[in-house]
Amino acid sequence: MYNRRSFLGTALGTGAALGATSLLPAWARSATHGNLGLPTLSGTEFNLDVGEFPVRIGGRAGHAVGVNGTLPAPLIRFREGAEVTLNVTNRLKADTSIHWHGLLVPFHMDGVPGVAFPGIAPGETFSYKFAVPQSGTYWYHSHSGLQEQQGHYGPLIIDPAEADPVAYDREYVLVLSDWSFEHPHRIFEKLKASAETYNYNQRTVGDFLEDAGRDGFGDALSERAMWGAMRMSPRDLADVTGATYTYLINGHSTLDNWNGVFNPGERVRLRIINASAMSIFNVRMPGLPMSVVAADGLNVQPVETDEVQIGVAETYDVVITPPDERAYAFVAESIDRSGQAVATFGPRPGMRAEAPALRPVPTLTMKDMAMDHGDHGMAGMAYESGDKDGMSHDGHKMDGHDMESMDHDMSGMSHDDHRTAGKGDGMATMAATDDGMQLHDHPDGPGVANTAMMPVSRLDEPGIGLDDVDHRVLTYADLRSLEPNKDTRPPEREVQIHLTSNMHRYMWSFNGVKFSEVTESIRLDEGERVRFKLVNDTMMPHPIHLHGMFFELENGAGGHRPRKHTVIVKPGEKLAFDVSSEHIGDWAFHCHLLYHMHAGMMNVVSVIPKGGEMEAMPASHDPASHYEGAEEPAHDMDHSMDHQDNHGGHH
Amino acid sequence: MRQDMMIRSVLIGAAGLAVIPAAIAEEGDAPWSQADAIWGEEAMARSRDAVLHNHGALRTTYLQAERFELQSTDDEEVLLLDGNAWIGGDINKLWIKSELEYLPDEGEFEEAEVQALWSRAISPYFDFQAGIRYDFEPEGRPHLVAGFQGLAPYLFETDTAAFLSEDGDLTARVEAEYELLLSQRLILQPRVEASFSAQDIPELETGSGLTSLDAGLRLRYEVKREFAPYIGVEWQQSFGETADYIEAAGGESGEAVFLVGLRAWY
Repeated sequence: MYNRRSFLGTALGTGAALGATSLLPAWARSATHGNLGLPTLSGTEFNLDVGEFPVRIGGRAGHAVGVNGTLPAPLIRFREGAEVTLNVTNRLKADTSIHWHGLLVPFHMDGVPGVAFPGIAPGETFSYKFAVPQSGTYWYHSHSGLQEQQGHYGPLIIDPAEADPVAYDREYVLVLSDWSFEHPHRIFEKLKASAETYNYNQRTVGDFLEDAGRDGFGDALSERAMWGAMRMSPRDLADVTGATYTYLINGHSTLDNWNGVFNPGERVRLRIINASAMSIFNVRMPGLPMSVVAADGLNVQPVETDEVQIGVAETYDVVITPPDERAYAFVAESIDRSGQAVATFGPRPGMRAEAPALRPVPTLTMKDMAMDHGDHGMAGMAYESGDKDGMSHDGHKMDGHDMESMDHDMSGMSHDDHRTAGKGDGMATMAATDDGMQLHDHPDGPGVANTAMMPVSRLDEPGIGLDDVDHRVLTYADLRSLEPNKDTRPPEREVQIHLTSNMHRYMWSFNGVKFSEVTESIRLDEGERVRFKLVNDTMMPHPIHLHGMFFELENGAGGHRPRKHTVIVKPGEKLAFDVSSEHIGDWAFHCHLLYHMHAGMMNVVSVIPKGGEMEAMPASHDPASHYEGAEEPAHDMDHSMDHQDNHGGHH
Repeated sequence: MRQDMMIRSVLIGAAGLAVIPAAIAEEGDAPWSQADAIWGEEAMARSRDAVLHNHGALRTTYLQAERFELQSTDDEEVLLLDGNAWIGGDINKLWIKSELEYLPDEGEFEEAEVQALWSRAISPYFDFQAGIRYDFEPEGRPHLVAGFQGLAPYLFETDTAAFLSEDGDLTARVEAEYELLLSQRLILQPRVEASFSAQDIPELETGSGLTSLDAGLRLRYEVKREFAPYIGVEWQQSFGETADYIEAAGGESGEAVFLVGLRAWY
């Protein structure tokens, strides 16, 4: 029987494996190439070289930017509370950086150029030094340019200082990602030129005829007219798709077949990290239930499920107990069903499980528009900002509603005669949101094509396209933190953030303001308990990530609310999380869909220390001790500042 | 007066394009600055400007042959290039539009016009565009241009522009396109283009009112989104005195044209 401790020797023995596999770190290799589980602790000092190197993906030669010449990057593993040093050397021609995703580092070690530090110039070595008061599954990636898309990401595991509450016999890391042979700047430029460049899932004339045959010509036409009137597509599920992406598990496409081994009956812990640039995945292992034991690194009360939708940058740890001596498929299917990556778990190395067929492409409904609950035909309720030529001036009637009466002041809005009347659950959900009708006090203009009028809580929904599968799917409402929440104070203040966009122009922003237009960060005072309310005005799910702190997701779990660093906000959804602003500094806050962030869906959350900014120092190391090489940063800092390190283990 | 105003708006627009990034960097206090005390104000200011600029203010470019096609009738062939290019950010762009009609049999251009426009996003789906147009053929003739381009409700791509020539002649053009997806790659595109003139322009053999209407259907296959060969048919009809001019010269005021072409962009 294989065990974790014998792994290192085995891995070294087969380290010289041929071909593409030799470019992979031990943890990412297949069982075929000696990976029988993860290595344990690997030290406190790590040398990471960022450079360019060739890769082979699905048999095709490509060019990656990443760490230590491997895609994904090496596994970094250390123990909770350990003081670690990570020396990052930039061998690129452009600046680089590493952000430690989900780690509670002092903010100047957070790795976001222009927010936390100046970045790492070509030729330079930057030493990150920190100790963190947490354990679990995390990851790291570049926060510079679009390097993340090119392969600059890897897993990071922190072993708990005390006994791990999760029992398992064997563990694997599964890093999910999306690879393109196109240059990421080219991808972005194509999206700006035509946002539907990569969408080959659009509805066709044939689909229309099919719908007309089923629902009648009139209904099918009015449904098409409604989407057309809003200039939207109900098939905008992913901006960048399988049309250019090869989806990867540990750097392996389905063709490359990453495979892991188990002995039947073993408890196998899978540490699943979605390190994609743009791809939300539906993860499942047909025929094998998964017990979710951790979310975003932190333990949760085990919950058994059959499928999980994992947003970009989220991590889930699941335990599987494969009972039979056979191959099981591990499937990561892109949310828009344009592709998938399939790996194999089997009792012997080299097995290949049968890949299931891609499931049918889901179609968005008016609920995703924050207008209706479960049915469509409510175009009259579309509120269009900017040019209002669309809905409000043509006096077009739909379902007996005069759109004029729906216009702007909403005075004509009455709930009882809507199609949704009688759908108790839908109306109840809406009543549960405190505002009912959503207020929008943010700027609009060309960058804001739509605003959600009646966003609702969707935390108890499994995610786009998974409503009607015939098995269990994890929802955010299922998550309960294992540890009771430490800070249970009610929030003193509310910050409302609208996720805004104009898909047609490929503009993405918070509150209608692109990051490039931001003149002030979101300010929190140290010690303050603040509720963030996120309202998704767009038609897409956004994995929203807050650096430097975990937030308690308001999912009804009382004192066991899950603490997360990233949460998917579904289309038409309004959700809330609470933040204890104890971790001072400037922290990036953004949509983790890379091109949304690049387009401007980003801001900074500043936690301002009591007594003013000059005491803001979480640690005042000599900057020269962090930078080595080509160009050293300014030395004109104030050395008299408080030397207290605030990243101790008191969280 | 009116020409002056138009020219001024073009100049302001062009200047606006140039100063946008600088304006952001120079405006007031830094939006956040806690890392300045650790890494130095200068290093942080530089990287902060970069991170802001790189998340929302980048310019992109676009080059398109919207219609590069051979138009065939019974008695003549015309090679048409209807091309566009732009550079800019989300709100302000510099647009170049050109339309060239070449007569291969005669070895000369029948029409050749180029427009340089400042394009400003004024709503989620529409841009206001203003600038200049220069006709190289049939005769050298500058115009001022003002118009609106965008995506109308029900997904009609529209481009409407008015042109004021240096002689004071006012003309206008309206284009509308729609796309019917027969499959993910096979796309049928109805397209209508109407031209108007506010006055008779004898030297251009144009009468006043609706001067011409072209209604076409193009069926393209998108090998890639950026590369789509097509075939099509178009009815080209002239009206009023414009039609009379054409008929007097022995031409047809209305005729069917067969098209073979390429739609491509980069």
